[in-house]
Formats: sequence, C-alpha cells, structure tokens
Amino acid sequence: MHHRFISSGSIAATVIAMSLLTANPVAAQTPDPTPVAGYTVPRTADGQPDFEGFWSNATYTPLQRRDGVAGEFYTAEEVAASEARAAERESAQTVPGTTADVHYDFTQFGLDRSQSTLASSLRTSLIFDPPDGRIPPRTTAGERIMAQREEQARLRGGRFDAVENNQLSDRCIIMGGAGPPMMNMVYNSNYQIVQSRDYVMFLIEMIHDARIIPLDGREQADANVRQWMGTSRGHWEGDTLVVETANFNGKNPIRGSTENMIVTERFTRVDDETIVYRFTIDDASMWTRPWSAELPMKKTIGPLFEHACHEGNYGLYNTLVGARREERLAAEAAAALKSN
Amino acid sequence: MRDRFGRRATTTAIIAVVLLLSVTIATAQETDYLAPRTAAGNPDLNGIWQSINTANWNIEPHAAAPGLARELGASAAVPPGLGIVDGGEIPYLPQALAQRDENFANRLDLDPEIKCYLPGVPRATYMPFPFQIIQSTQHIMMVHEYAGAVRTIYMENHTLPPAPSWMGWSNGSWDGETLVIDTRGFNDQTWFDRAGNFHSDALHVTERFTARSADTLMYEVTIEDSNVFTRPWTMSMPLYRRVEANAEILEFRCVEFVEDLIYGHLRKQPDSQSQ
Repeated sequence: MHHRFISSGSIAATVIAMSLLTANPVAAQTPDPTPVAGYTVPRTADGQPDFEGFWSNATYTPLQRRDGVAGEFYTAEEVAASEARAAERESAQTVPGTTADVHYDFTQFGLDRSQSTLASSLRTSLIFDPPDGRIPPRTTAGERIMAQREEQARLRGGRFDAVENNQLSDRCIIMGGAGPPMMNMVYNSNYQIVQSRDYVMFLIEMIHDARIIPLDGREQADANVRQWMGTSRGHWEGDTLVVETANFNGKNPIRGSTENMIVTERFTRVDDETIVYRFTIDDASMWTRPWSAELPMKKTIGPLFEHACHEGNYGLYNTLVGARREERLAAEAAAALKSN
Repeated sequence: MRDRFGRRATTTAIIAVVLLLSVTIATAQETDYLAPRTAAGNPDLNGIWQSINTANWNIEPHAAAPGLARELGASAAVPPGLGIVDGGEIPYLPQALAQRDENFANRLDLDPEIKCYLPGVPRATYMPFPFQIIQSTQHIMMVHEYAGAVRTIYMENHTLPPAPSWMGWSNGSWDGETLVIDTRGFNDQTWFDRAGNFHSDALHVTERFTARSADTLMYEVTIEDSNVFTRPWTMSMPLYRRVEANAEILEFRCVEFVEDLIYGHLRKQPDSQSQ
C-alpha cells in the first residue's frame, strides 16, 4: 500500500516535470506576429478577426534547413533565384514511356506550385525552433517505435502486394499534409475558411477534408475518440486564433509522430494577403523536445473544386491489376523456360 | 352497445379536437416562428442537424424488410417508414421505373453508399448521420459526417457549375425566413436511397431550409430531372438539432472500411509469391 503511494507520487512528480517542460509550446513563447503598419485586421459581423476566403500555402521552402545553409533567412534575391530553380525542376518534361510520364503531367494541368499562388517566405526552413531549423532528436522510445514500424512495413510485403500497402494518399484516405498541422502539398495546397460566431471551418481541398473548430471553450473530446485528424478546440488570444488538437489515431504521422502528439496552431492575419500560420508539435513519445514551424497562407482565388479522390481512384485499381498481371506473365515465362 | 358507441364517439371527438389543435399549432409554428438572427441579420441556421426517419433506406413509403446480409440478422434489416416523398410515389418515366427496380435488385453491387462514395444531394441531408451548418454572410458550409461530404453554398457571386460533381454546385439566397439553395451540375452516379431511386446528370435540386422552432428545421426539396421523371416532385421532412452540449461532427472516413470489398480480389496470392 505504502509502496503504491510512493510510486504514484513519483509518477505524479514525473508528470508535473514533463508538463513543466512542455506546457508552454515554444510557438506560444514566441510573440505572435503583428499586422504590418497601417493595416487594420478586418472583422466579421461578430467582431472576430476575419479570415474568410480562399488561401494557399504552396511553398518551395523546405520543412528542415538544408545541410550547409546557415542562418534563419535568405535575402529576397536568394529566394527569387531558388524559387526559379525549383519551378524549373518541377516543370521539367518527363521522359516518354516512363512511369513519371504516364502519371500526372503537373505542368500541363497547372498543378506546379509556380502556377498557383505561392506562399513565399524568406525562411531557410519552415522550422524555426529548434533554432537550427531541424526536427529535434528522437527519444530512445521514439527510435524503438520507428524500428517497430519499419519491421511491420517489411512484414506487410511489397507496396503493390495489397491495397493496404499503398500510401494513404494513393488510397484516398487522407493526404499526408492534411494535418493538423496543415502542411503544403505537392499540388492543390488550397484552403477555404468560413467563420460563424462559434466555429471556424477549414476546408482542405485535397480529399475535401473539413476541420470544424469549436470556439465555445468546450473540453477536449474523450480520449477514446481517436481520429485521423484528431479533435480540435480553438480560442482567440487577441487577434490570433489558437487551435489545440489531440486524440490522433497516429495512422497518418508527420515525420514519425505518434498518437500522443499534441498540435498547437496559431493563425494571425498580418496583411490583406497573408495569414501567418505557426504550429508546435509536442510528442514526447517521439522527440526529445517540441518543435515549431511557420509558413504563410496567401490569399488566392476560389473556388475550391470537389476532390472526389476515392470515387475516381482508377490509379490504385490499375496499379494493383498491373502488378498481378506482371506476376502472371513472370510465372508463365518461368513455366515456359522450364518446359523447354 | 349504445354506451359503447357513445364512448367511442366521445373518444373520436376528443382525438379530432386534439388533432385539429396540433395541426393548428404545427401550422402556426411553420409560419410564425422567427429564427434568431446572425450578427449579419440573416436567420441563424448554425448548428448540428440530423433527420429522424428511414428515408435513407427508401424515400417512398415502405414496410420493414430483411437485410441483404444474412449473417447480420435483425441488425441490418430495413426499418419501416412512411416515406418523405410528397404524395408517396415518385413520378418515374416507365423506362426509368424499370431501371429503379433493376437498381434495387442489384443494390449490393450498385448502391454507391456501400462503396463509401459521396452521397449526393439531397441524400446527404437525410442519411442517418449528423451534418453541421457553418454560416457566414458569403458562404454557408454543410459538413456531413458520412464520408466527410462537404457542400459550399455560395451566397454571393453565383456562377454556373464549373464541372459535374457528386455533391453538385450550390447557389444560395434568402427568401424571408427561408434559405433557398439551387443545386445543379451533378453527375449521374448518386442515388436517393438504398432502394435504387436514382436520377440523371440533368438533376436540378431546389432546397428550402426554414427554422420551425429553436431546435427544428423544415426541409423541403423539389426534384427536377426530365430524363427520369414525368414532372417535378417534392419531398419534405423536419430536421432536428443535436442538442447535446458536446455534439460534434466526428470522422466517418469510410474509405478504409471498403478497400477489401473493392480491391480485395487484387491482393497478391500466396501461390504467386515464389516468383
């Protein structure tokens, strides 16, 4: 009995210590951005900062700072040159007859990031904390989880052996960048925001994922309600919208995150064209410390189109048909060789 | 005998009075109720709503029936319902009626709901899942729990549908207390229910959402599709607010649940693993 008290006491101490370490996400310690001089943040009829409309966070800025790059920011000239190079790479023509060629021709269909509203930033990496612009080291437990996942993936077999072995995006279940955090994607990094008094809704164009953020101060949902996008609760801190999300099912990790991840997002409108979007990832099961990133959301033209991904998923079907056909042809060739 | 007749007559009279009263009350609610206003001054339809009927099984009047999956027994049986089609019967063209019956006979293979496809309109509204209205001045969003289906209702900048789609292209306007939504630009892939009731890509849906009390809406729909029906027809039903303080649209991301059904036969077989 006494023993149990001691151990629960030390658990409590550990929990307190951990929450001291993680209670104040770094993004919250960093002051929220302020609107540019002379810009007054527009208000909804309810008096809240008005984010309504269509936004893009398409960017060429990498999540992590590249090797050999020092400093948090490029110059405007460096960014322009780097974006031009990236746009050229992206629009490079594919070689006829290759897999890349029969997949999407991004450039032809206007899907290149350079053909959409580009959320340019001078940052050398989206991550601004830790200051080196890199995802922090994993915990020992995190390394173990990553090793287990690799082993599980190996046991599942090849990518085209079964539908479940394909990527979530190929299966039209959820996009990797749907989040939260809402990361830019290779194409269609488009969002629509609609606000009522008690809710903010983010519609993500890819797979029509809608996030509905209640602003009424309700408690977080029961921890048994695990979801792909978690459950989100929001509130205003001054003119900044703060959204905290927990209850992830962990099946769509960002850079290895687990179901214990807590995401804190902060949205601040700084000029007519820009919402500064910051997020902090706090997942003590995977990383030794929280990490934070920033990318702008730039006003773009609407509307968003219906992305009925699953309904038109001929790609997945044909990929599996092709894989089975190749197996059959290989088996026939082997049998023919044997009989000769 | 007379005594019994007398009593019966009294009972009938009381029932008639009660019915008259309730009809009067219902009419009064429908015509006189004024919804609270948003800050912008429009009727406030914000909330999480859900139908309570069996229209998703069959929008026409129907008796209870066994389900298609024998192993699921009563849990997958068809619940009875009085239907939501005004007048009871959908005015199909003869050829279309035959198509509906064929759809019904092959519903296990053909019903788009079984494959977790987007439900279309108005089916999304009366599926047995909640949906949320998020209302601003420029846009009204309808976010459905089933398959995460989403509709954007454009209250300004009305345009023609840019392309055919599952959920259509919706332009909205206010007619006094009523939100009127004009939706076109559908594909021909969605059904109205699990009974095979269907439409073509010429479908034109006009919906009217009217608050009839603090926690109920009246939902009225006009269906026009001259490829399939002899004349326009209507359906109507109340919608109920999910009044739980913690009500929330959760994820029913059903693609994962149908992958084995759709792609299972394309799994690599053990006997081909020797290659």
